[in-house]
Amino acid sequence: MIQINRLPAAGRTDQNKALNFTFNGKDYQGIAGDTLASALLANGVDVVGRSFKYARPRGIFGHGPEEPNAIMQIGSGASTIPNLKATQVELYEGLEASSVNGWPSVNFDVMGLIGAFGRLMPPGFYYKTFMYPKKLWMTYERFIRKAAGLGSSPIESDPDSYEKLNQHCDVLVVGAGPAGLVAAREAARTGARVIIADEQSEFGGSLLASTQLIDGLSATQWVAEITGELAAFNNVQRLPRSTVFGYYDHNFLAILERVTDHLGISTASGPRQRMHRVRASQVVLATGAFERPLVFAHNDIPGVMLASSVSTYVNRFGVAPGNKLVLATTNDNAYQTALDWHYIGRTVVAVVDSRTGPNGDLVEQVRALGIQILEGHGLIEAVGSKRVRKALVAPINIEGTKVTGSVQVIACDLIASSGGWSAAIHLSSHTGAKPVWDDAIVSFRPGESKQKERSAGACRGTFGGLDGLLEGANAGAEAAKLAGFGTGVVQFPTPMVDQIVEQPQQALFLVPHNKTTSRAPSQFVDFQLDVSAAGIELAVLEGFESVEHVKRYTALGFGTDQGKLGNINGMAILANALDQDIAETGTTIFRPSYTPTTFGAIAGRDINHLFDPERYTAMHRWHVENGAEFENVGQWKRPWYFPQANETMQQTVDREGLAVRNSVGILDATTLGKIDIQGPDAAEFITRMYTNSYLKLAPGKCRYGVMLKEDGMIFDDGVCACLSENHYLMFTTTGGAAGVLSWLELWQQTEWPELQVYFTSVTDHWATATVTGPNARKVIAKVCQDIDLASEAFGFMDWRDGTVAGVKARVFRISFTGELSYEINVPAHYGRHVWEQLIEAGSEFNITPYGTETMHVLRAEKGFIIVGQDTDGSMTPADMNMNWVVGKNKVFSFIGKRSLERSDSIRENRKQLVGLKTLEPNAVLAEGAQIVNDPNQPIPMAMQGHVTSSYYSASLGHSIALAVVKGGLNRMGDVVYCPAADGSATAAKIVSSVFYDPTGDRQHV
Amino acid sequence: MLLIYCPNCLEHREEEEFSYGGEAHIARPLNPETLSDTQWADYLFFRKNPRGIHHEMWYHATGCRRYFNATRNTVTYEILETYQVGTQPQITGTDA
Repeated sequence: MIQINRLPAAGRTDQNKALNFTFNGKDYQGIAGDTLASALLANGVDVVGRSFKYARPRGIFGHGPEEPNAIMQIGSGASTIPNLKATQVELYEGLEASSVNGWPSVNFDVMGLIGAFGRLMPPGFYYKTFMYPKKLWMTYERFIRKAAGLGSSPIESDPDSYEKLNQHCDVLVVGAGPAGLVAAREAARTGARVIIADEQSEFGGSLLASTQLIDGLSATQWVAEITGELAAFNNVQRLPRSTVFGYYDHNFLAILERVTDHLGISTASGPRQRMHRVRASQVVLATGAFERPLVFAHNDIPGVMLASSVSTYVNRFGVAPGNKLVLATTNDNAYQTALDWHYIGRTVVAVVDSRTGPNGDLVEQVRALGIQILEGHGLIEAVGSKRVRKALVAPINIEGTKVTGSVQVIACDLIASSGGWSAAIHLSSHTGAKPVWDDAIVSFRPGESKQKERSAGACRGTFGGLDGLLEGANAGAEAAKLAGFGTGVVQFPTPMVDQIVEQPQQALFLVPHNKTTSRAPSQFVDFQLDVSAAGIELAVLEGFESVEHVKRYTALGFGTDQGKLGNINGMAILANALDQDIAETGTTIFRPSYTPTTFGAIAGRDINHLFDPERYTAMHRWHVENGAEFENVGQWKRPWYFPQANETMQQTVDREGLAVRNSVGILDATTLGKIDIQGPDAAEFITRMYTNSYLKLAPGKCRYGVMLKEDGMIFDDGVCACLSENHYLMFTTTGGAAGVLSWLELWQQTEWPELQVYFTSVTDHWATATVTGPNARKVIAKVCQDIDLASEAFGFMDWRDGTVAGVKARVFRISFTGELSYEINVPAHYGRHVWEQLIEAGSEFNITPYGTETMHVLRAEKGFIIVGQDTDGSMTPADMNMNWVVGKNKVFSFIGKRSLERSDSIRENRKQLVGLKTLEPNAVLAEGAQIVNDPNQPIPMAMQGHVTSSYYSASLGHSIALAVVKGGLNRMGDVVYCPAADGSATAAKIVSSVFYDPTGDRQHV
Repeated sequence: MLLIYCPNCLEHREEEEFSYGGEAHIARPLNPETLSDTQWADYLFFRKNPRGIHHEMWYHATGCRRYFNATRNTVTYEILETYQVGTQPQITGTDA
């Protein structure tokens, strides 16, 4: 394979190292040091993709993150990455690339057939055309996505690893171009910890493609020297291939380091990418600038490129992307491209300069070479289909608004254009600094700093070489000083560079055509999304005025380049259409990420089992060994049910429930939150937090309480036990434990600091086994000899210290099943031992381990609520028919009490907790089902409430449900309906929420 | 991500260690029963939403587990001071 555009001079590449790669299935060869883009250009590949809307053929346009066209899918299988810019992909042996736009092929595209149809796709097309009928939107969307082809994400999970690194530094320098390098050197010399990060594969920035001399050295030699100096400092961390993609609050910056992407290996060890999360004392932004293309008719034909990109391919990569160049410019700077092109022995057909009488140093050098300079001319249109063949050039007026003479045709195969430079103000913009337009440099500048940062060099709008170096050095020294290092005075001598005299540039954002903008062939502003100058003007005609609205309406800047190439031109064209200046029109706000960031890097190691901690009880292994299915309750893994051979879940739950009702069951209740509360004011404090009073709760006694938020709504519930004077143990729900502890601390610390009370979470300190059922006492009696278990001695809602299975234990007679129950708490590491002893002791009664599902059924049979299931943050105790738990005569106005008297809390027709009994006894209502009075009423039906809990109860022999129904407590016996999606409705009768043992005798025995 | 100085731990820590506690200096009425629904609702629901200086509570949840107050500029997110519960801010006003 011949690289037809490869030059003998190698630039920064190594011609001795060939690298094979494929593009759209075809084999090519590049060389070490190439980017995918430079290798494609070297091979003479013109068309690399298709545009989003019109499916026009597109070629490589830029050389960095501004590239709008060469958007690639890299690799295949599980480690493939979509939507990378070929200009930023380093070539490696075996690289596989394909265009993301251009299904089924970039050279013959079915969408191309409707390219003509593109004329019918004005801005806002999607809004206008695909809105109706609504039901077809899904169809439209699928078609559009397929046609637009935005790459594909891997289906398999990513085999690579990613990691995050938290770092601090004194000075973070963003960008390792000339300004960044000298800034880092100055800061490093003071002893400050410095990080310097640059997105490219090597440091140097624009200097890597420069022919300038610095200190008498070639630019790349100078870069090598200063990079060597930086390497000698052990207080400097150098991060090439590292994009600072976000500047967040309080000088927190995120850097994406591509560790192995350039090697093309999917690594079994070590991360593919690393996210640095950096808290920097001071920041120097030296992020450079983007060249602006000129906007002219058919400026998107392959072979039209940025002037600086042409120079970069020539000087850095040794690639000449064409033969006959026409350069269109508004400024002196771009003349360097004509010089670069000339010196590699290729033809510069003409320089088309919009200005009259340019005579800067570079202009004169070009003129001296005998190259034709067409002054006061515009390149108004490119001609060609898959490659530029001709340029149409015409004289234009001095304002650059009109074609003033006849059009001449110039044959060429490459057009380089430059409309000047735009400072890369993205990161400064992330901080909230408002960019300021500067007519003198025809660019935005960073606004006043909002954080501890300063910009230096081209990103500050200082486009000259020496001035940028001076700024960089000063910024580095200043940043170090403010971080506490050095004097702020620059120490190193200023690098020597030749000063080049430049004439002022012209601000020209749209090259006029001999037809009006709306009639002229498309003059593209945003290539990727096919936003044209005419489209922006049309948006204004349709009444859009704000830049943010126009952006959304036209999709300007919405591509993967995020407007780095086209935004300024687009805003200027908008400003002109609105008859405003650019400063008035303003710019859109840049937000992170600067360039796309992989989800892998964002997630890092926080995936799979490391995503969230899992909590296990001391008995967990026993549950696993005994075949438990688990459910997640918060972070806890709780046994859900213990199926035996061939049992369905329902059969298991039936068996477990009947065992508890008829003999004895055992539940791992370890996960309930436990808060140890001590202090002379503990009882007073607890009484303020619960609806009922604990002032007279004696040691050895327990009480069930409900906790409200200040708005009167139930927030948590549980039992609180008095362990001794001034010492209490509060049980919370499993999911509510952390929230309750914070809630207690909030009130104690911020409202009642005078109350002496202390809280300690002891959830993990204790393992809890609940033994429940009519035979529970007999089981406990076998393993506990030092507690008098007789009902008179150890009654319901009492607790006792004692020894269970040889272990010191606290035994609570509290019940969530309605049966005789003992909750045995032992130090956590004895949990499994005690559990096994209880199983052993209970074997003669066929003690049955049961899980959370059976627990739910048993408590629902008793009408015991679960906070968060039967309540939803809008339920008062009265709504739950639990006024018995509210202490009406408490002296202190407990949290939430006043709200229970609010007009809304006492209004009629609040939803109230009731039981539902289906008329068909075996029908189990769906939890969450809506309740209506008449299933035949027209839609939308009047909702009366919803089902909160619903199960089949084996011990009752029919289904049961809890529900909240408007005014339900006064509707006992009414029949209501739960309509289902299929149009059917299940009838149910409103009954008491207590289905089983309504008198509560069984738990008191 | 904010960097917050905990006045109890006496050091700057990452925002990840803290949780937000809402507007500071809202005293619970001593006798809620004497308040009208409107007055109670004002205490319960209504909060300032200033552009600029805001005094707010933060909770050092994975640190000392103490609540404290902060004066923060809601525009710039700059935290101008942190101070103990029960004390008054040094920086006041509405400057955005």
